[in-house]
Amino acid sequence: MPKDQGIGAASKRREDVRYLTGRGKYTDDITLPRQTYAVFARSEVANGIIKSIDTDVAVAMPGVLAVFTGDDFTEVGGNPAGWLINNRDGTPMKEPKRPVLAHGKVRHVGDAYAAVIAESVAEALAAVEAIDADIEELPAIVNMADALANSDNRVHDELEDNCCFDWGWIEDNRDSVDAAIKAAPHVTTLELVNNRVAPNAMETRASIGEYDPGTGDYKLTTTSQNPHLTKLLVAVFVLGIPEHKLTVVAPDVGGGFGSKIYHYGEEALVLSAARKLGRPVKWTATRSEAFLADAHGRDHVTKIELATETDGTFIAIRTDTMANVGAYLSNFSTATPTFLHGTLMAGNYRVPNVYVNVKTVFTNTAPVDAYRGAGRPEATFSIERVIDKCARELGIDPVSIRRKNFIQPDQFPYTTPVALVYDTGNYDATLDKVLELSDVAGFAARKAESTSRGKLRGLGLNSYIEACGIAPSNLVGQLGSRVGLYDAATVRVNPTGNISVMVGAHSHGQGHETSFAQVVADMIGIPEENIDIVHGDTSKIPFGMGTYGSRSLAVCGSAMVKATEKVIAKAKKIAAHMMEAGEGDIELADGVFTVAGTDKTLEWGAVTLGAYVPHNYPLEEIEPGLEETAFYDPANFTYPAGAYTCEVEVDPETGKVEICSFSAADDFGNIINPMIVEGQVHGGIGQGIGQALLEHAVYDSDGQMLNGSYMDYAMPRATDMPFYTVDQSCVTPCTHNPLGVKGCGEAGAIGSPPAVVNAVVDALSGLGVTHIDMPLSPNRVWSAIQAAK
Amino acid sequence: MTKISMTVNGKAVSGEVEGRTLLVDFLREDLTLTGTHVGCETGHCGACTVHLGGMMVKSCNMLAVEADGGDITTIEGMANEDGSLSVIQAAFQEHHGLQCGFCTPGMVMAASALLAENSSPSEAEIRKHLDGNICRCTGYHNIVKSIQAAAETLA
Repeated sequence: MPKDQGIGAASKRREDVRYLTGRGKYTDDITLPRQTYAVFARSEVANGIIKSIDTDVAVAMPGVLAVFTGDDFTEVGGNPAGWLINNRDGTPMKEPKRPVLAHGKVRHVGDAYAAVIAESVAEALAAVEAIDADIEELPAIVNMADALANSDNRVHDELEDNCCFDWGWIEDNRDSVDAAIKAAPHVTTLELVNNRVAPNAMETRASIGEYDPGTGDYKLTTTSQNPHLTKLLVAVFVLGIPEHKLTVVAPDVGGGFGSKIYHYGEEALVLSAARKLGRPVKWTATRSEAFLADAHGRDHVTKIELATETDGTFIAIRTDTMANVGAYLSNFSTATPTFLHGTLMAGNYRVPNVYVNVKTVFTNTAPVDAYRGAGRPEATFSIERVIDKCARELGIDPVSIRRKNFIQPDQFPYTTPVALVYDTGNYDATLDKVLELSDVAGFAARKAESTSRGKLRGLGLNSYIEACGIAPSNLVGQLGSRVGLYDAATVRVNPTGNISVMVGAHSHGQGHETSFAQVVADMIGIPEENIDIVHGDTSKIPFGMGTYGSRSLAVCGSAMVKATEKVIAKAKKIAAHMMEAGEGDIELADGVFTVAGTDKTLEWGAVTLGAYVPHNYPLEEIEPGLEETAFYDPANFTYPAGAYTCEVEVDPETGKVEICSFSAADDFGNIINPMIVEGQVHGGIGQGIGQALLEHAVYDSDGQMLNGSYMDYAMPRATDMPFYTVDQSCVTPCTHNPLGVKGCGEAGAIGSPPAVVNAVVDALSGLGVTHIDMPLSPNRVWSAIQAAK
Repeated sequence: MTKISMTVNGKAVSGEVEGRTLLVDFLREDLTLTGTHVGCETGHCGACTVHLGGMMVKSCNMLAVEADGGDITTIEGMANEDGSLSVIQAAFQEHHGLQCGFCTPGMVMAASALLAENSSPSEAEIRKHLDGNICRCTGYHNIVKSIQAAAETLA
């Protein structure tokens, strides 16, 4: 292996060449012989009774091959929630059926109630316009508090109210936390909104269904982060296709950020239509459809209380949250506001009493599910905002109050009152680093300079922890998960020694094709270019739980390491036989097997060839060939942590916030490819700043989304963003996976919103402003300034 | 249907299109040049950016018939003649200026147009020039770095 390759090298991404030359192959780039096109009819009202759908005119239009409505799917299953959550009293959550196409009622603007299949998109679109749907509009249920208060108007008539569940974590803590807060000398209370955002992967969702009447085989090509889960859901739960008769392929996927983890009804529709027509059926979402029908993120309303001693020592945290799940339960919409949120509510602090209450609410809005960070940004934002407010109330600086309460390096493993066991960390180290990176010492002078120009300067700090690689399966099963959370990899060594690695994680921007190859190259000592990473095709990959929750390297990468270790162990046996030596004497370094203490060597390729041309081979002891599979189920989450600072300048005349600098110090454990890791942090910060300053998916009281296009939804642009200063030099390796890695995909989106808001509130603190809800638009900031005057 | 002819990536091409056919659909469907992407259909995201007569245009906001007789370059025409990455493309790889790759063709076309008219743009000029190109993956940091590096190499 060349010296500039392997673990720790900033290897250039091999996937870039095809993307940079226009040779990427995304779902919509695929055109199959005899392909047809699907277009969906979507509800224009948020809540309504489907009285009738007349498709007669549409069916007879030119090029139209079929029209489907909800009536065509009454015999198939619903798209299930992936996690069953129990109420505080132990009763199960409400789980209404999520049909392929709306039936009986439409429940949000964009809810698909019919689909046309035609020879062209234009013909399908024209026919959709000709569908005569009589939908009686009902009052929309949009505001969460109203939805909980009014059980007469319900999103799902068959349920008794609009509350999906009322969850307490940990319920046994409830009374002791109440008592601790009641007795505490100081309690800081903050009510805040974690704003709803639209994920906006640049590639919209797209799916192609195929059916081969000769074999009965189905194929779904789709924009998925998670092809095996999609296969399981659409085949087993929804359509009843035998699993061995369906292949799901997720080719190049143009970003996901959570929104492409889930199975959506459009995937079931194109498969059903393909079977009915015996022709491929393709659907590609417009951006408008993406805004209306992709799962959104966040949307929490929270009251958080932090009880402390007068010196700032934390005593207790209590939160009360309403979390929007929208009109239907998306696959992880019940896990996100609970086990990915409540379990993180101790932050990186010694806080002996914590209780989290979450009420999830059905509304006539698009489903809400995991979006980059998924629950952990919401937890971090609540904690880090209330800590800043508390520090100000107590007259303690925001750095000191955090340091005072940090879990210390010698206290790991540390069990929090909300049932996580942090394995390792050093929170002062990342805090020290970020204070250095952002030149906090020079802040006073910079503030004075801003003041001289009539501007308000502020410095915001955040110290976050998150939990990645959700696990282990037996524990999450007890907590209601309906899936396992392992991953799998097959390492296939070809006769000449190059390697195909089939992995369950899917890469859609994360660069696995490069970084995963670095790991295997390092372990064997052969060049990275001799290793291919194969992902996204259920017919090639053993199994996999996909890419989300910053799990790919920590979970799937661990499976790949295990499989590679098995390959190496077998190759050593073969090498021992070929060199007539004891197996224990064989060493592998730089792609060469050596009999220890001798000059006897065999190249990697000679041994792999021996495995497939077994003329000189221990056939009595081991099978020919060199291919191994491993599944890996983690013992625990991993716990990336770090500290972020943001420095802003606010124009008091306009309310405009300018980010002057942004610094991030993250502890991701060991790093495989520092270039890719930095890129992941940049991207996360970009999305976090977007949430903090710009983005907000807004519904009016009629349930109409007001900003469902790029004309109206404030996507972050290059002019909105600064350069970021990022650092990953503080390393406490994960203690329980073979690479010591923690995951880096979501940290930026978790750590940045509170840093930005803390900075703006700091800038305005002299005016008496204590909080502004995101996004901190000029209007909101200006209004807060006026209100404080 | 209307017959149209144009030069695309140095080759003469022709086809029959409806009056409503967008340039991007002609490129993607008729010419199978699928490197040009559609991200929003409204001209905001820039994934469909191509060059027409050396000018940067959004091919989702232009009819194919409007490009009749034009000289078009798409991402497929940006590599060097020997197939190796051009300076701008190589800079994007070197500086990790792309992740999922979906906005990337538009970013490369936009960067190329910028550097053709301004060989040493400031950071602010680069960011301003990218205002019509949205990336959701990179936070723009490495895209700006890539363009700065390409400018230096070309200088």
